[in-house]
Amino acid sequence: MKKFMNDPADAVTDYLVGLAAAHPTTVTFDAERRIVVRTTRARAGKVGLVAGGGSGCEPLHTGFVGHGMLDAACPGEIFTSPVPKQIVAATLAADSGAGVLHVIKNFSGEVMNFGMATELLAFEGIAIDSVLVTDDVSIPQMPGTAGRRGLGATVLVEKIAGAAAERGDDLASVTAIARRVTDRARTFGVGLSSCTPPLRGKPIYDLPDGEIEFGIGISGEPGRERVAMRDAHQIADAMVSEVVTDLQPSPGAQLLVLVNGMGATPLSELYLLYGECDRLLRARGLEPVRSLVGNFVTSLDQAGAALTILELDDDLTVLWDAPVRTPSITWGAEA
Amino acid sequence: MNDQITTAQLTAWVTECARLINVHADALNDLDATAGDADHGSNLERGFTAVMAIGFLDQLDSPRELLKHVGSTIVDVVGGSSGALYGTFFLRMAVTSGPNGVLDAAGFAELLRAGGQGIVDRGSAQVGDKTLYDSLAPAITALDQALAAGDTLARALVSASAAADAGRDGTVALAARKGRASYLGDRTIGYADAGATSMALIIRAAMTTLG
Repeated sequence: MKKFMNDPADAVTDYLVGLAAAHPTTVTFDAERRIVVRTTRARAGKVGLVAGGGSGCEPLHTGFVGHGMLDAACPGEIFTSPVPKQIVAATLAADSGAGVLHVIKNFSGEVMNFGMATELLAFEGIAIDSVLVTDDVSIPQMPGTAGRRGLGATVLVEKIAGAAAERGDDLASVTAIARRVTDRARTFGVGLSSCTPPLRGKPIYDLPDGEIEFGIGISGEPGRERVAMRDAHQIADAMVSEVVTDLQPSPGAQLLVLVNGMGATPLSELYLLYGECDRLLRARGLEPVRSLVGNFVTSLDQAGAALTILELDDDLTVLWDAPVRTPSITWGAEA
Repeated sequence: MNDQITTAQLTAWVTECARLINVHADALNDLDATAGDADHGSNLERGFTAVMAIGFLDQLDSPRELLKHVGSTIVDVVGGSSGALYGTFFLRMAVTSGPNGVLDAAGFAELLRAGGQGIVDRGSAQVGDKTLYDSLAPAITALDQALAAGDTLARALVSASAAADAGRDGTVALAARKGRASYLGDRTIGYADAGATSMALIIRAAMTTLG
């Protein structure tokens, strides 16, 4: 293992220190509470947005704190959800009187710890709602199971719900918009390698040359199935087919297409993949009108990519285009 | 009957839990690597290390104070499903333990049942889902049955530990239905569940310290 790090046990803290040092006017790292908050508090009466999850998936969520997205993020240990204490602290920091929306990816640990935090927050008198992100089409939907993971759609939920909150929508409206995004977004991921958590010091599993993992998540675990390596055209075809078959977009639908890198795949390969997906979607009569390509929801140094598609409507498009200024997503001009 | 459990014995149990988790941390990580992100042992080790790190563990002078310390520390430092489930397990035992300084065998069995119910409430796991509950549930049943049959606490805990180990071994043939492992479905068949394995250690520690 070769990584830029000091004591592996400090890898998450050292990252957070660096993030705050690089973007001092945007985010502040509260080391005592282990949360990342906006440096300039949102205006009073804005619905607060809080998300948290295992570290190792950067820039999710800490890199998305700022104007137009999250008010606070609580990072856990590597691939381990945050603890209730952090979630409570982040919620208190995010509250400016209009309530707080928790964006929760559907991982058992994240769901349970947000649940425990919400029980503790019942004493604080803050209106709290939550949206559960479940966009992973590689998981069959069966009763009595943990269900589908929350993956790339999380970024879209945070951006779009964040814009709605910034616009002045109330908690019920922001929550409804967040749920509309989760309802209309799907993801399928492909892994070309495993990844190496700092404390483990070696890859989580061995993936021989010539084999790849279909249906991966964001914690370095193996995927749904191991298949033979194939060219990008065939991989893109499988990704598009998995996502579109599950999403069932209306004919001619306008799409937001996210080609997300897992951390170790070069941008050139991600754009190559985007080109393939764009062509395949148009061939199906669908219309990609917004795109996002890069590393947004990662698994440390895993090579691979995931395709997320969101079927847009006019309001979602307006909210996607709205100004945002965070460490990792920034566009438009603040009002 | 002299089947009583003092707070000092419970402290010895917690201390033995911490020792066993430390000894088995790498093995638990490797089991977790087959289906998850290879950190189950490290996460529990971090929790029990924090539990043991306070200098006044032996001054917590009731089961309730001791178990509350264990549960809330695990909730505060572990995170993930393990933190929520093991934290809830010990916190429910604390809430159930009442203000008395000493437990009898039936009282300990009641605590364990309450802890198990806490895990069911928090994670909605059922036997057969390939989780830590697959070793805990048979241990609770075995303990209750042995005590009802008139066994001493020591003998009943031997039965409970054997049942937990059998429950753990039984997870090898199962496909996970809960937690991160469930994303792999049938690919988890052939390996024991990491959580069931750590829970069997917790029950084994009870056998060696409380009997």
